[in-house]
Amino acid sequence: MAASSLASRAVASLSPSISTGASRDDAGSSSVVGFHKRSSAFTGRRVRISSGHGSSAAHGRRSCVVAATAAPVKESPPKIADIELVTREEGLELYEDMILGRCFEDMCAQMYYRSKMFGFVHLYNGQEAVSTGFVKALKKDDYICSTYRDHVHALSKGVPARQVMSELFGKATGCCRGQGGSMHMFSKEHRLLGGFAFIGEGIPVATGAAFNTKYSREVLKDLSVDAVTLAFFGDGTCNNGQFFECLNMAALWKLPIVYVVENNLWAIGMDHFRATSVPEIWKKGEAFGMPGVHVDGMDVLKVREVAKEAIARARRGDGPTLVECETYRYRGHSLADPDELRKPEQKNKYAVRDPIAAFKKYLLENGLASEADLKAIEKKIDEIVEDAVEFADASPLPPRSQLLENVFADPRGFGIGPDGKYRCEDPAFTAGTAEV
Amino acid sequence: MAQKVLVPCSSSSSCGKVQFSPSRVHTQAIAFGGELSQSSSRKNKSLALKAVAAKGETSAPVTAKSGHEILLFDALREGLEEEMARDPTVCVMGEDVGHYGGSYKVTKGLAEKFGDLRVLDTPICENSFTGMGIGAAMTGLRTVVEGMNMGFLLLAYNQISNNAGMLHYTSGGQFKIPVVIRGPGGVGKQLGAEHSQRLESYFQSVPGLQMVACSTPYNAKGLMKAAIRSDNPVILYEHVLLYNLKERIPDEEYVLCLEEAELVRPGKDITILTYSRMRHFVLQAAKTLVERGYDPEIIDIRSLKPFDLFTIGNSIKKTHKVLIVEECMRTGGIGASLRAAIVDNFWDFLDGRPECLSSQDVPTPYAATLEDATVVQPAQIIVKVEQMLQGLI
Repeated sequence: MAASSLASRAVASLSPSISTGASRDDAGSSSVVGFHKRSSAFTGRRVRISSGHGSSAAHGRRSCVVAATAAPVKESPPKIADIELVTREEGLELYEDMILGRCFEDMCAQMYYRSKMFGFVHLYNGQEAVSTGFVKALKKDDYICSTYRDHVHALSKGVPARQVMSELFGKATGCCRGQGGSMHMFSKEHRLLGGFAFIGEGIPVATGAAFNTKYSREVLKDLSVDAVTLAFFGDGTCNNGQFFECLNMAALWKLPIVYVVENNLWAIGMDHFRATSVPEIWKKGEAFGMPGVHVDGMDVLKVREVAKEAIARARRGDGPTLVECETYRYRGHSLADPDELRKPEQKNKYAVRDPIAAFKKYLLENGLASEADLKAIEKKIDEIVEDAVEFADASPLPPRSQLLENVFADPRGFGIGPDGKYRCEDPAFTAGTAEV
Repeated sequence: MAQKVLVPCSSSSSCGKVQFSPSRVHTQAIAFGGELSQSSSRKNKSLALKAVAAKGETSAPVTAKSGHEILLFDALREGLEEEMARDPTVCVMGEDVGHYGGSYKVTKGLAEKFGDLRVLDTPICENSFTGMGIGAAMTGLRTVVEGMNMGFLLLAYNQISNNAGMLHYTSGGQFKIPVVIRGPGGVGKQLGAEHSQRLESYFQSVPGLQMVACSTPYNAKGLMKAAIRSDNPVILYEHVLLYNLKERIPDEEYVLCLEEAELVRPGKDITILTYSRMRHFVLQAAKTLVERGYDPEIIDIRSLKPFDLFTIGNSIKKTHKVLIVEECMRTGGIGASLRAAIVDNFWDFLDGRPECLSSQDVPTPYAATLEDATVVQPAQIIVKVEQMLQGLI
């Protein structure tokens, strides 16, 4: 088994201390220990942890094209840096976001089994730390691009729960007017580029958004544009051609993008180790000349540290980063998945590492929040999700006239009919009864 | 004869301010490699030509003194260059489009003029760079993606179908994808099966895509400009053997209408619908047919998706007979769809079934004799038209 090779976590990382460096076998204990270690060193709000930052100057100013190579494992002695882990406000924000993700997804499961939503619904339970850790480190103008497991990414980015729930119910008030569904969440306002059903097909789109940033700065000379793009995808996608092709292009042109792998070890029923010749996905960054970082994806603070650094690196213009988040989904691949292949031992191992429980413990132990604060947040989120369901229930279904409306941005694309007019000018067209 | 109606263009973006030229009327043509001479363009009052032309617009006829001679690939380049100069968000990406100038020289000189980022040499990863072009278009740029050969775009089918075609819809109209996907396709001269594909049949069913095929330097430039200005994802089909076609085109700026067909030769006996290289074969056959006393009406449909049913319908209402001549395969080709559309819409005006001459359902062979037998030849067109007009079929 590949487990032994994972034991040596030679992490070419931005901050090696951030990664647990532990193998999967004892990962269960080490990250909890890691939490404790950090919290015991916690004095007030500042904590000293060693950080092996490679000199960003060295990375950034090399003249060759592939300048951003992964930092070598054995570097010069790490510098000590003060890192403020999280303030109370930030902590509460992170907690609230994770609770929102969890609560929303649980509600989705309920609604699905009550036949309020249909089709393929893929839930995010257990992976909240990745979405929260990364998306909450972004600015409003930054882009994210997801897969079919996109509800929580949408919520973290700011798409209102009402709009997401309506979309799932297939109502006209959904963020995509009911035309997308669970796997196609889009929001122009919140810069969510999708929602893709085929794995891998969102990665080039994200790469294109990053290309746009570079283009805006270098061709259009608009230096106010500094949007970073995050591409979220899973372990199964990392065996797909589009993944490698985009890593290559992003590194080649130093695009401001972070590729976030949510490695939950399973692609439906395909064990990551059965599908992948080299299971350490973070290592593949180095093959394309970008840093490959492994992080404990069940620990929102660790994810956030890595996220902040990778995003800052991209924003500086130093190029892309590949971040592998070790995480786990508590539910099946989708609500239709009987989830029979995963062994109870593995599930339990990750169940005790629940990111929300761990973070709650952290907040309480470090005096950043009281039980009452957290209860209040949970109650607030409950209400938000209930309200979202009520709103979605009460919303109208899309009328037939909506059928043809968004096929073309320019509806003249429906062509010229037998009467000489553009078909979209036909009155029957707007009633949705025109034949095209 | 139905009363003709000129309906103004509903939007000014592509047809409005610039000079809008009605169809050129070609009385002679040489299939390829030669010059296309033109009579002065005329507004044919007995036939409604431009369904949606802006009222009162005509163009000055191109005489021997005005305009400039140009080869088709250069006309494409001119159109692209003009659009890139006009709008800084227009950019090109593809293999060898930059430093190499394009494998068919359509982007020659553009990288020097506009820079490496605007004319981007990509690695060989069609699916990903097409997707990248789509992501860039979603977020504000107008990308022109070149497939070095149209066949290579099969590798990008995922992105073209799911993202270019469908993303505007699945996002509920939030994101538009103003991307132009173009490249040379069609059967060449012994290029082998994989370089001789006709992708118009493969992409035509994808909802959300618009498709146009250029066939002369004049419409190549006009359609390139229109496609770039369109907010829809447009696939522009060029033909590998037409790049050296020479024609005199106007000096003034012009943009053609993406959805319109082009009346190449008015007639009254039969409607021949064609596009791309087959237009020139049809014109070559027409010389013989005219000598024999027939009067075919030849329409270059140009817009492969959607069809310009107005122009086509008016013609069928006049002639009552239709022959489609295409390079696409017989199965599931453009001709197949066009026949269905004609039967659906103009059944009452037909004297007989709409006929179709298409390529064989064969991977294009390498050997010259076999390759010639794969595609439609002018001799076959002559035979077919005569059969139809003599009532033999």
